[in-house]
Amino acid sequence: MCVVCGCGDEQAAGHGHAHDEAHGHVQIDPLKGDLHFGAGAARVSVPGLSQGRAIQLEADILGQNNRVARRNRAHFLAHGVTALNLVSSPGSGKTTLLCATIRALQQRAPQLPVAVIEGDQQTSFDADRIRATGAPAVQVNTGRGCHLDAPMVAEAFHQLHQHDHNHGAAHDAHSLLFIENVGNLVCPALWDLGEAAKVAILSVTEGEDKPLKYPDMFAAATLMVLNKTDLLPHVQFDVARCIALARRVNPAIQVLQLSATTGEGLDAWLDWLLALQPDDLPGGLAATAPMHGPGCGHHHG
Amino acid sequence: MHEASLAGGILQLVEDAARREGFQRVTQLRLEAGQLAGVEPRALRFALEALAPGTCLHGCTLLIDEPPGQAWCLPCGASVQINQRGDACPHCGGWQLQATGGTELRVVDLIVDGD
Repeated sequence: MCVVCGCGDEQAAGHGHAHDEAHGHVQIDPLKGDLHFGAGAARVSVPGLSQGRAIQLEADILGQNNRVARRNRAHFLAHGVTALNLVSSPGSGKTTLLCATIRALQQRAPQLPVAVIEGDQQTSFDADRIRATGAPAVQVNTGRGCHLDAPMVAEAFHQLHQHDHNHGAAHDAHSLLFIENVGNLVCPALWDLGEAAKVAILSVTEGEDKPLKYPDMFAAATLMVLNKTDLLPHVQFDVARCIALARRVNPAIQVLQLSATTGEGLDAWLDWLLALQPDDLPGGLAATAPMHGPGCGHHHG
Repeated sequence: MHEASLAGGILQLVEDAARREGFQRVTQLRLEAGQLAGVEPRALRFALEALAPGTCLHGCTLLIDEPPGQAWCLPCGASVQINQRGDACPHCGGWQLQATGGTELRVVDLIVDGD
């Protein structure tokens, strides 16, 4: 049997899935020829294989991740840690924003410890940049993986924690943990890491229509940060339209505009961060993230 | 791309069930991937096909149900159907929508033999 389309073996000769169209897996826009995968009708159920034994599983596919994420969340709470999951495309300026944020917090709230977990497929370049600010950082290389998952964050938090213990740092004062996810606007939307909130960063050098092109991520985010606003005079980016599109997929999404390089707008971002409390949990934040309604427990478990 | 990780999660759930229930082979696997779950069923099939050889899923029939997206429209005060996030309410044309269904991502049931 062909697992891609479910057709029988007798059809399999010379069959390289170019037959998708015939099977209705893909809808083709008759005017523009655009391809819409995933728009097809639900697949037809094949009637029973009577010799078999049926087992009801009813199991959440992300259940294991979500159990670890809940443990992370409890662990963070016990240590007074507010964790934020920073998500964006590659090149939106996440690491630059983090470095600027850490330096500004060192001035404005020197008593507030800040640590960073850096996710990338390869290299420790980003963690090195963070460590240069004086903040502790752990690099997580995902190899071929396209997102961080809750067990990776549990391991990384353990590393940070060990490191702090070795250095005799005090632990239960309120602190911030930034988790910089792999640059990818698709996959990280699904994996709860135990964070208090997801922050989606979008730079004005990208398209203003990204919130609608990558709706799952903006639906999952509590805050959208529009970065690189110093470049607005040089690019075509309609800020109002971008915000309107983000609110189509998430009517309650909060929005901040800033430039990590000039520092413009950074104060409002620091205000937002400093207003967070260690017991801010997605349960409470969920009220402001309406695309996660009932029946969606796997996102914020 | 994340469908590969999800396929790994599915295999883990099935292998746990195989140990618990004592079966060797799955002949049919039924999944549920709601239209608002952030998962592309076609990619999920492909990922499972890549993963299946040498496991109890090899050669199994894969069924993926796609429950429709449901949302609560605040202005209408009614439950409406949407095909994807960012769609407007089919009645009032607004976007004050809260997803309430079609976000499921589950292994529903299996038909097995070899016990």
